[in-house]
Amino acid sequence: MNAADPSRPVGLLAELTHRCPLGCPYCSNPLELDPRQHELDTASWKRVFSEAAAVGILQLHLSGGEPASRRDLVELVAHGAKLGLYSNLITSGIGLTQMLVSKLAEAGLDHVQLSIQDSEPRSADHIAGYKGAFARKLEAASFVTEAGLPLTVNAVIHRANVRRAGAMVELAVRLGARRVEIAHTQYYGWGAKNRGLLMPSREEAEAAIGEVEALKTSLSGTIVIDHVAPDYHARYPKPCMSGWARRTLNVTPSGKVLPCHAAELIPGLEFWNVADHSLDEIWNHSPAFNAFRGDDWMREPCRSCSRKTIDFGGCRCQAFMLTGEARNADPVCHLSPHHHVVETILAEARDDTHPPQPYAYRRLRPSTAVRRERLDISAD
Amino acid sequence: MTEGDASSLSGASRPRLPRGVRLKHDDIRNEWLLLAPERVLKTNAIAVEILKRCTGEKSLDAIVDDLASTFTAERSRVDNDVRALLTELATKRLVDL
Ligand code: SF4
Ligand code: SF4
Repeated sequence: MNAADPSRPVGLLAELTHRCPLGCPYCSNPLELDPRQHELDTASWKRVFSEAAAVGILQLHLSGGEPASRRDLVELVAHGAKLGLYSNLITSGIGLTQMLVSKLAEAGLDHVQLSIQDSEPRSADHIAGYKGAFARKLEAASFVTEAGLPLTVNAVIHRANVRRAGAMVELAVRLGARRVEIAHTQYYGWGAKNRGLLMPSREEAEAAIGEVEALKTSLSGTIVIDHVAPDYHARYPKPCMSGWARRTLNVTPSGKVLPCHAAELIPGLEFWNVADHSLDEIWNHSPAFNAFRGDDWMREPCRSCSRKTIDFGGCRCQAFMLTGEARNADPVCHLSPHHHVVETILAEARDDTHPPQPYAYRRLRPSTAVRRERLDISAD
Repeated sequence: MTEGDASSLSGASRPRLPRGVRLKHDDIRNEWLLLAPERVLKTNAIAVEILKRCTGEKSLDAIVDDLASTFTAERSRVDNDVRALLTELATKRLVDL
């Protein structure tokens, strides 16, 4: 019974900033991160939220980067609440103090999604590239539940933690979460860069899926488990974004509006910026949003396939990354003439003879990071 | 959820929507929606009347009485509807009992 009026978007992902203290190697942010000086200011974000409410957005996802890196976070949450938007804070937990969480709750925040990297503290800190991150996340979880806010725990599954998918669900229960998202890594942005180090073997992935599915039943009524299975192992692709430009908008820290967070990797798409156009204009007329709406753009085998209204031919970004052409079927689909590309990648994931390599941690470029530190100090 | 679960709900429990679950009339689409983490649920007229009364103040029995008299409906049918809806939503953790 999900509401579906395809002419209007329901969700806005507001990437308030790309600044983040963590360096998760699967981060969905682009490799080219927006530096602080390019971020929209408070007034612009408020205007974007107002335009979002007017165009029919119901849920506002405050994300990043780490949204708590923004000093105006409470003010932005309060503005969203005034507009009647359902607000969801997607956070690493680093930078959330007890004071900040209680101010956010007072300002009308509806829900918090906290990421955890593993159930094992040392492994979790290694994945995040930040010593002590795990302990601070547990603390952040208690701030959230003590403030009376509902908590969802998010865990991204990959080779280093795939054996503890079930343990992460149990950790979420202990932290007082009402909901947990177990999502196998998707290979965009930093995830694509680190794919060789992240992809679990088929056996490991299947064992994790079985474990989590069993917990869905045994923990029913205690915690809701939303499970995103790894698409590389599936026969059909996922209905990416519930179809291109059908339900959500994504605004980057500098105000560019994307149909999905990875869309910028597709060359030749023209994205509009909130500085130049209203969200309504962008939703209805931006070339990037119209590029893959409907099915006129589709090629075979999707064009004559009966599943095209179910999966929309899969993910455009993945089709581009793995076949070089965004209009092709997502090669995860076994009907795709490029499906062998996915099979080759999976075969490599089984080959553990490669020496272990360090992750390429997600970071702003060193020069930018130094400049950012200086700005932080002078702004105090 | 089985029928047994729905009928084992205590009439004395005081159902309420927890923080993070909101009933909202969407003026743009002109419909009632239940907003929850990562979910937007279309809500029919009967469900709206039930959920409006789930404030944590009234007991399940009192909610059924109220609905049965407001809509001059058979109490046992209302009772079934209310229990079925609340049981389903409780499994999804969208209502606290
Ligand atoms: S995935 Fe990790 S690095 Fe990326 S924004 Fe979230 S916490 Fe920060
Ligand atoms: S051929 Fe295209 S539409 Fe059909 S199942 Fe595969 S990806 Fe989906």
